[in-house]
Amino acid sequence: MSLPINARTALETFTGSLSWEERARLLMQWGERLPPMSDEEKTDERLVDGCESKVWLVGDVIDGRWQFRAASDARLIRGLVALLLARVNGLSSQALQEVDLVSWFTQLGLSRQLSPSRSNGLNAVLQKMRQLAG
Amino acid sequence: MPLISPWRADFPAIDALQRQGQTYLDSAATAQKPHALIDATVHYYANGAANVHRAQHLLGAMATQAFEDTRRKAGEWLNAGASGQIVFTHGATSAFNLLAYGLEHVFRAGDEIVISALEHHANLLPWQQLALRRNLKLVVLPITDAGVIDVEAAAGLITPRTRLLAVSQLSNVLGTWQPVRQLVALAQAQGALTVIDGAQGVVHGRHDVQDIGCDFYVFSSHKLYGPDGVGVLFGRHQALAQLQHWQFGGEMVLQTVYQTATFRPAPLGFEAGTPPISAVIGLGATLDYLNGLNQSAVAEYEARLHERLRAGLMQRDGVQVLGDPHVALVSFVVEGVHNADLAHLLTEQGVAVRAGHHCAIPLISGLELSGAIRVSLGLYNDSQDLERFFTALDQALELLR
Repeated sequence: MSLPINARTALETFTGSLSWEERARLLMQWGERLPPMSDEEKTDERLVDGCESKVWLVGDVIDGRWQFRAASDARLIRGLVALLLARVNGLSSQALQEVDLVSWFTQLGLSRQLSPSRSNGLNAVLQKMRQLAG
Repeated sequence: MPLISPWRADFPAIDALQRQGQTYLDSAATAQKPHALIDATVHYYANGAANVHRAQHLLGAMATQAFEDTRRKAGEWLNAGASGQIVFTHGATSAFNLLAYGLEHVFRAGDEIVISALEHHANLLPWQQLALRRNLKLVVLPITDAGVIDVEAAAGLITPRTRLLAVSQLSNVLGTWQPVRQLVALAQAQGALTVIDGAQGVVHGRHDVQDIGCDFYVFSSHKLYGPDGVGVLFGRHQALAQLQHWQFGGEMVLQTVYQTATFRPAPLGFEAGTPPISAVIGLGATLDYLNGLNQSAVAEYEARLHERLRAGLMQRDGVQVLGDPHVALVSFVVEGVHNADLAHLLTEQGVAVRAGHHCAIPLISGLELSGAIRVSLGLYNDSQDLERFFTALDQALELLR
């Protein structure tokens, strides 16, 4: 199965032995590339529960494919969410339920960010996405 | 000048963590454990586990002896003397729930429960829910800018309608000692029951429940370098006599037929089911270890380390320390930097601190924050740990700003 172009770019960028500083810088850069969400769109219903930082998530189906947009008040989670969107945007509902995101973040060298003890919200974002698509 | 902990080597995990590049500064969440506890736990399991207060056989007698020895040691740790009893629960939270259910019958609609604005959820939610069940009023004592419960305001808010006061001795977010003796006196003058949350306070210095004058004092073993799964509830005899049985089963019963039963008084009547035997025995070993330390040396060392942490944070640009911390921990935020980002980068650098609301959401919201970073100290931490933290903090801030 071919990956979306953004996902391929992410894989090229985040593989290799990055130092923690390089990884953090790259995450922040990816976060900056998230298309902006207006304040009116940042409603409480769109807020993802269970995050230390605020994350808003909007999902639309265009021609049978999911297009998510997200925003966060914290920069590193914004980057992590951007990497998540790079993998899932353009998927059908069926493919979205099946996509293995643990493996995705492991390939990016970021598997620890998905561990159950992390309260950074990545897991919560994932759940909300599947809920929307369910 | 470096500050070196003479007790560091007593805690094997600290060394193990250091070999993995981890600096542990989250002891207010749970503390690392001394050899003495680990040895006692291994000894208990390797030499024969048995249930307590039941069997006639030798193993049962030995386990019961060790279990009851811990009860005595916990009473001595709090200088309970003959004033009351120690009840073992499954944690501090479980002790507060026991109180909130066991004392429910003393409340009438319209009565008031007084807590403070800085309570941990464990000493907030059981009372909040009791208030909702019984149509009571939950009165919240305000705190000063320094992070101390306002005694003057408390004097006006503790009234003849106050049936119970439940306050923390040492704030788990602000690191501030609370005027518990004064608050207890105010409550007692109104005939109210008094509950002290000693979860953080018990870890720093020695405290005397007779001197505080409270009816109940609660702490959890795992923050006091002991095993998890054990809470300690001290209750004065007269107060324990008002507590109704809450959880049923096991050896808490005196007599029963199918339709009715009678129950034991405290302590066993409140220890339904098999208690956490190995953990209680482990707590006994931890208390022996702590009793063997030079208390004034520990207190002096903790004070110096805390001062270094506080001063180091205050001298950094944009760092805002929460309240005016006295001991044990410092919570802070950095202007223009999200605490989740800072926590992320400290974790990346192997520094274990706590980020978020610290189980005190109303307090954090009241300070108009979304969260904070908390650095907390144990008696095994040293100035090198602090230097590693400060280096990591500086590097994180450089990246984020």
